[in-house]
Amino acid sequence: MNIINIEHIAKIYQVGAEEVQALRDVSLRIDKNEYVAIMGPSGSGKSTLMNMLGCLDTPTKGKYEFNSVNVSDMTDNDLARIRNKEIGFVFQTFNLLARSDALHNVELPLIYAGMSYTERREKAEKALVDVGLADRIHHRPNELSGGQRQRVAIARALVTNPSIILADEPTGNLDSKTGEEIMLLFNDIHEKGNTIILVTHEEYIAEHAARIIRLKDGLVEKDETVTKRFIPNSKEAKVS
Amino acid sequence: MRYILFELKEGLLIAFRALRANKVRTSLTMLGIFIGITVVVLMSTAIKGIDNSFQNGISALGSDVLYIDKWAWFSNEDWWKLRNRRSIDMADYEKFKELARLPIAVAPVINSVQTVKFGERRVESVFLNGSSSDYVKTTNFTFNQGRFYNEIESKSARQVAVIGSEVANKLFPRGDALDKNIKVGGSNFKIVGVLAEQGSFILGPFNPDNQVFIPIGSIFKNFIAQHRGTVTINVRAPNPSMVEETKAEAEGVMRKVRGLKYDEENDFSINQQEALMENYNSVVGVIQIAGLFITGLSLFVGAIGIMNIMFVSVRERTKEIGIRKAIGAKKRTILTQFLLESSAICLLGGIAGLIAAILGSMALNQYFPTSIQPSAAVIAIGVSALTGILSGFAPAYTAAKLDPVDSLRYE
Repeated sequence: MNIINIEHIAKIYQVGAEEVQALRDVSLRIDKNEYVAIMGPSGSGKSTLMNMLGCLDTPTKGKYEFNSVNVSDMTDNDLARIRNKEIGFVFQTFNLLARSDALHNVELPLIYAGMSYTERREKAEKALVDVGLADRIHHRPNELSGGQRQRVAIARALVTNPSIILADEPTGNLDSKTGEEIMLLFNDIHEKGNTIILVTHEEYIAEHAARIIRLKDGLVEKDETVTKRFIPNSKEAKVS
Repeated sequence: MRYILFELKEGLLIAFRALRANKVRTSLTMLGIFIGITVVVLMSTAIKGIDNSFQNGISALGSDVLYIDKWAWFSNEDWWKLRNRRSIDMADYEKFKELARLPIAVAPVINSVQTVKFGERRVESVFLNGSSSDYVKTTNFTFNQGRFYNEIESKSARQVAVIGSEVANKLFPRGDALDKNIKVGGSNFKIVGVLAEQGSFILGPFNPDNQVFIPIGSIFKNFIAQHRGTVTINVRAPNPSMVEETKAEAEGVMRKVRGLKYDEENDFSINQQEALMENYNSVVGVIQIAGLFITGLSLFVGAIGIMNIMFVSVRERTKEIGIRKAIGAKKRTILTQFLLESSAICLLGGIAGLIAAILGSMALNQYFPTSIQPSAAVIAIGVSALTGILSGFAPAYTAAKLDPVDSLRYE
């Protein structure tokens, strides 16, 4: 079953008097439990596509169906609800609330979902334990390492049990060893049945995915299945 | 409904988290509202206090007493017209008293200002009140010591005096005024009575507490020549509901006494406390509006401070807003959060201001009676919450409509 079905979408920005075509004509389908990497040089439109897929932005033209629901012309409030319930974001710069501890950061989407205090605390704690941060629950972001911060962000993305995880350069701010640990975590998450969309410009990160979509100048240049998928040695890497 | 309550509760928690994180800024912003609410509440309390003393003071004059006088207390007539009226003399008073049926008491009054002395002690510029023994019936006087001068003393113009409580305090600090001889002007008077505290400070020299009362015959004998000066006739209606009838009768009788023809205008005025009250109310209304306007300005300045700081806060937290939106905060959620922040600042500042105002009014209480009404407290709290919502709205709305993509990218 398709989770994402995009047909001929385009996005045009008005920069001053100039029109910038960030996306020209992109169509793609992503199924449940797929692990997809979106690649492309800067200016290829991958950030725009990512914002579109994450319902942070709407296309200028074309149709975007999410779980068979047309989101291309939804209101801001409906989009916020979809972001809250169906999409888990992981960003390059982590984007945690600096003044709140890990637990509050993770429970935040559940607050917006209207969940009661005890229920959401329990869920948030479990999500933090699942990403290996059982002993960091009450630490603030500035008391955590980069890898730990990204784990908090991943816990926050997973806590609502979303349909897709959207990760935008999740290892971009991490050293390669920590990056590898995070990629291993994504692997685990994928194996548990989640759908992951990864945006990256690094080949070796993209090779963790099962499918790579390459963008160039606002068009899909190549959509390929990864033949030699890089599966990290889980036993070794799982130690965090 | 339940969801809205949930959102309010969570929004409040988030707001307090944000306020705690910026303690100095929060307290400085609060200070603006604190000062605003303090001065507004204090001002309205002070006005209310002065108003109360004045109302009490005026009502001490009695709502059922009419004052027939050459002069009008308040008039649109030209001053010279009033001046050219004939004086009211004792003969007018005698005739009026004979003809008027309704009043329960009629007394002629003439005033002089004199220095009062006892030994080394003296009080300058005392309002000297000359009248008949019936004068006391036109008032609600109560006595600390002694009595009012009687009819015989009045008719035979004896050198006797009744003194107000303030005069007594100044001349006889030990409270032994009765039967003492004081000097009024240059003449000796024997004190037959001391009034209990009557009026209010607000009446100044017209406060009976600052006056001395002697028989009208004595005042003519010692201070004012009979043919000079004009007498005021104090007339008391049988009860407050008959004031109008008494007034109508008094006008007719007075016209007859003065021998006015049907087409001639009254050459006297009938004054009453009501007119004083009306005039006072319009004056105090202006003071009230001006006072509240000026103090309200300081509250307004506080509100601008809040708006300013909220704009800064929104700008500073653009990224945070982006994050919140990305993980599912709706426009309304963000709007509520910032509105709650500004209202919380205002409410806390307002409550602190109210407490300061209560303490301040306790201090003021030494000078004149003040008390903060519960309604004023409720209004103060309401106004501060409203200030928070109004001054927070523009910044909160700016925050709510930020684009999530742009604000996530904001550094």
